Formats: sequence, structure tokens, C-alpha cells
Amino acid sequence: MVRISLDSVNALFAAIAEREALYIPTDTAPGIAQFKKWQSGMEMTERLKTSRSAKDFFFPQTENLVDFKVSGKKIDIIDPREETEDFVIFGVRACDAKSFEILDRVFLSEPVDTYYQNRRAHGTIVTLACSRPSESCFCQTFGIDPAAPGGDVSAWKREGFLYLEPITEKGRTLLSGLSALLEECPEDAVEAEKESIRGILKKLPLASLTPDAFGGGKTEKYFDSEKWKSLSEACLGCGTCTFVCPTCQCYDIRDFDTGHGVRRFRCWDSCMYSDFTKMASGNPRLTQKERFRQRFMHKLVYYPENNDGIFGCVGCGRCVEKCPISMNIVKVMKTLGEDET
Amino acid sequence: MQEAMKKRAKELLASGEVTRVIGWKKNEFDYDITPAVFESAEEIDRDFRYDDFCGPNLSKFTFKNQKNDTKTLVFLKPCDTYSMTQLITEHRVNRDALYLIGIPCFGKIDIEKIRADGTDGILSIASEGADVTVKTLYGDKTYVKADVMAERCLACKSKYHTIYDELMGEEGEVMETGRFNEVEKLEAMTPDERFGFWRGELSRCIRCNACRNACPACTCESCVFDNPDTGISQKAAADSFEENMFHIIRAFHVAGRCTDCGECSRVCPQHIPLHLLNRKFIRDIDKLYGEYQAGEEVGQRSPLVNFTTDDAEPDIVRKGGK
Repeated sequence: MVRISLDSVNALFAAIAEREALYIPTDTAPGIAQFKKWQSGMEMTERLKTSRSAKDFFFPQTENLVDFKVSGKKIDIIDPREETEDFVIFGVRACDAKSFEILDRVFLSEPVDTYYQNRRAHGTIVTLACSRPSESCFCQTFGIDPAAPGGDVSAWKREGFLYLEPITEKGRTLLSGLSALLEECPEDAVEAEKESIRGILKKLPLASLTPDAFGGGKTEKYFDSEKWKSLSEACLGCGTCTFVCPTCQCYDIRDFDTGHGVRRFRCWDSCMYSDFTKMASGNPRLTQKERFRQRFMHKLVYYPENNDGIFGCVGCGRCVEKCPISMNIVKVMKTLGEDET
Repeated sequence: MQEAMKKRAKELLASGEVTRVIGWKKNEFDYDITPAVFESAEEIDRDFRYDDFCGPNLSKFTFKNQKNDTKTLVFLKPCDTYSMTQLITEHRVNRDALYLIGIPCFGKIDIEKIRADGTDGILSIASEGADVTVKTLYGDKTYVKADVMAERCLACKSKYHTIYDELMGEEGEVMETGRFNEVEKLEAMTPDERFGFWRGELSRCIRCNACRNACPACTCESCVFDNPDTGISQKAAADSFEENMFHIIRAFHVAGRCTDCGECSRVCPQHIPLHLLNRKFIRDIDKLYGEYQAGEEVGQRSPLVNFTTDDAEPDIVRKGGK
């Protein structure tokens, strides 16, 4: 384990940015933190969460897949991708770091999504332990430990120092290049911090939330539940929950007419939208109730059914904070799960 | 007030005068409020809530959850009555199937302002008089209510109810709270500064459509932006300029019908001050055609859908857009 004084953290950022692109969470508006490319003078936010998740780095909201250029009777097929540069994302929370594993299972299983794979290969993730979890946090429900946040390098802030521990080969490579700025310290230097975080976790209002009532094989049990109606009653059908969610991975592929060809792009889609998975017959999910149900069944039943029991939620709590009508996966789990006992 | 409202709602349900009640219910945390339909006294006793966190405008919720064959009680704050009046004017809700009760509002608290102050780990919040007491995992805090009130409430246009069948509490008045001050600041900017301001704000947009879906003036059965057949449907924008266009087009579409309820800014997960676009249009309409407030009375005609021989001709018309 190594450490650096928090006063010198800008020197650390400068040293990383000299080698590759560095992104840190920074305040961009009152109450809003976002990941931004680091530039000299940029300060890391004190806020716990960025309002958008970190999935954008690997699965951006829009991305061009292929261009078709038409000239006479000839059609050229052009791959618009440029070589991705190496980059470091600094200050990713444990929940977001875990979300990458959930996305990996979708995008890196056959057939591999090479757009996603390329970015994953070029990115190094430095996580940051959550010293002050929020009331909306429930990552522990899904077995995530924000005291040991994972990633390629894990970091902790404690008493004026930033502690760093490499987890993977990528992480070791990153830190070895920065050794001039970092001082060695005992392996147990952050034990007190870990204990403090785990102590707070026990006191969180959602600490007792469990996913035990859900998982693969529960489709029949919940699909026709009467409760979906009242749960979805106030749903606006907007895409806020989907778009701030680190694990929502549905997308649409569209063609854009460029005038002399076609640009095929993909963009995030939301099961909450009326034109989601639209087919010749329209949207197979006729009302907001079915669309709402889809989102939660996907995370709590279908995803674990297809992925060795792993849930499609990391408990980051963004949907809890951002939903305009305060309806979210916590409420769904509590309401549907209460019959299970 | 909450207890009086619960009592009245239960009376009206018991007498059969109404069969449904539209109000607010508490969700996970003190500040989490969800619009809801209540159909029994038990549901009202268990979940009904009215306090300084009940910000959601129930007019749009009523539009989406209306039933023609039975009577529904709807509780409306003063600003919600403007939206309801406008919806009735536009024949988007069936007035005969509604029983409207006007209720007082003393300004709603914006939880995001409390969060923006760095307060996190909130266990409870209580609003009493001028004090808002927040208990958190990391110590307690007390705020002056005016410091954590929603922007739209700080610039409240009216405590007066434009429509109701019954009023609870005392009737208030239309107020002058400088709601166009921010617009004036924008107007005082150079075009480049203003363009920069809006590009900066709108570049945060994630196109979640929450502003549109919460807006009581947006009641199209199918929005052009959701319809792939229009050729302009946008699930995503090619660049951030398109994002800007979405908001500007939406502001044009609701111009003259927007009552300035502020739901667009309340629901924005990215804290974009969308209401300022609408306020600019309201301000322009006021200047060009005389003071006009949408949702003031049923049946009023917006200047933009009306014609008089002495109508103003805005510069953009006279100069052919040049």
C-alpha cells in the first residue's frame, strides 16, 4: 500500500494526465457532480455520487457503429472507430465498479461487443471507498463492500492522506509509474477507515433490505402480481431511472440519413418508453404497468436467471434520489417481497 | 391541514360523493412523495400525506389517471389550480368527473438544495414554521426554510386558487415576487453570453424526458419525439445542439399554455433551470400582447391562438426573420 498527502493530490493527477487521459468526478453545477477530463486546477468533488453513473465510459449514450456511403451504384462500408486512447477513471465508487462486471456479462459474452470491449481494455479504474454513505445507498444488499471498493486500484481518504492499493496488473502498472510521488505505508493503514465505513453501513436506513425473495425462477411468482398496478400508477414513463442507472444496458440501433448515405448509431434506450422494442404490432408492453414491470423483473429475476444468480442492481441509489415521483427498486423489493416470509 | 384533508376525503368517500381521491403519499424517506389514487378510508389513514415536501403537481397525474364514469376528488395547491384550469380549458380533463378541493401551500422544500449543501445520510427531516431540522448519520442540521425552498416557491406567483369546488384554509392572493428577475438577467446578457449560458446548462441534458412527461401542458397522446414515423424522433441526439433544440421546441409548444408551475425544473435530474425558457416566453407574451397568465380562468384564450386587429407584430415577423 502507498499513500500521498491530499494536499499533493493535484500533482498525482497531473502525473497521471501526462501519460493518459484522466477523468475525475468534479462539481459541474450546484448539487451536480460529473466525471470530467482532468485539467490543471480541477478539484475532485466532495459529493458521494456523480449524478450520471460511470457506465458512460464503456457504454456511451450514443455511438456511431458504421457509416454507409453511397456513390452511384457503389456502397462503401466504413468503420468510424478511431483507436481509443488509454484512460484512467479516478474516484469510482464500489457500486459503479461492480456495475462494470454486470455490463461485462452482457457485452463481453458471445457475440462480443467489440466497441465495448475496446474501451474496457483501455480503461483503468481507480475506486474510492465511501467514507460517508448516503441514506439512499443499499449496495450491501447485493454483497458489495464500499470499504473495499475494488477496481484496478482501490483508494481510501483518511486523515489528510489518500491511500492506494493496487488490485490488478493494470493497477500495479499505473502505480509503478507514479512511485516518485507515493510513499510506502503499512498494509493495515486503512483498517480503521474500513471499520468506520462498515460501522456506518450497519446504521443505514436500507441496511436490512435483502434480495432473498428474488432471483432466477421467480418469473411466475411475480409476473402477474396485483401489486404492479399501484407501484406503477404514478410512473411518468420518463427515462430518468434508466439513464442514471449504472447497470441498465438496453440500447436501440437507428439509421440516420446523412443525405448521401447512412450513419448507423446506437443509443441508450429505456424500457419505460412507449416506443421501446417497437415492432410491426407496436410496443408489446401496452401500458406503463408492463413497462415498469419489465425494468424491475429484468434486474431482480431475468438477469440473475441468466447470470448465475447475480442481480442486475448494485444499490447505488441514484434512482432512489432522482425519480421525479419517488418510485424505485427499493419500494418494489419491499412491496413484492413482503409476501415471501 | 393534513388531518383536516384526510377527514374531508374520508367523509366524501363515505357519502359516495366521490369514489377516488387523488393526493400524495409518503414513500421511503420523509422527503419522498409519490402522487397516488386512494380508494378507501384505510388507504387514506395509512398513506395520505400533505406537508412541505408534497411538491408534485397533481394536475398532470389527474389527466393520466382520470375516469369518466365516477367522481374523483383532487387536492390542488394554488399553483396546481392554474394547471388544472388550463387542462379544463383545453378539454384535456373532464371537469364533471372531478371534485376539486383547494388547499393552502406555504412553499415546498427542495431536497436537492439540502443535498447541494453537502448534507447526506439523511434520517429524518421536519419542517416547522421557519425551521427545517435535518437529522443525519453525520450530525444534525437546521436550515432556515427560505434557504432550502424550491426556486419556484421563492418566486411564487400566487397563493390564490383559480378553480375549486371547495376551499380548505384561507384564500390567498396573486403575488409579485420577482419571478422575472432571472429572465431579466438573461435578457441583459449579450447574445454570445446567453448562448453560452444555455449551451452550458443544456449540455447536461440526458434526454430522459422527465421534464416533458411531468409537464401539465404536455398532454399529446404521442409526442413527435417519440414517434419514429415523424422522422424527427429522438432517442438520442447527434450532438448536444439537438438537445438544446428539443428544449427550445418544447418551450415553443407550451408557450401561451405554460402556467409556470415549475415541474420541469423540479423533476430535472441534472438541475437544468428549464423554467427560465418558459418564463422568457411568458415575459415576451406579456410585453407584446399585454399581461397574460395561463390558467387564470376556464375558457380564456391565449394571445397566441387569438386574433385582434391591433395585435402586436413582433420584430421577427415584420423583418421576415432577419
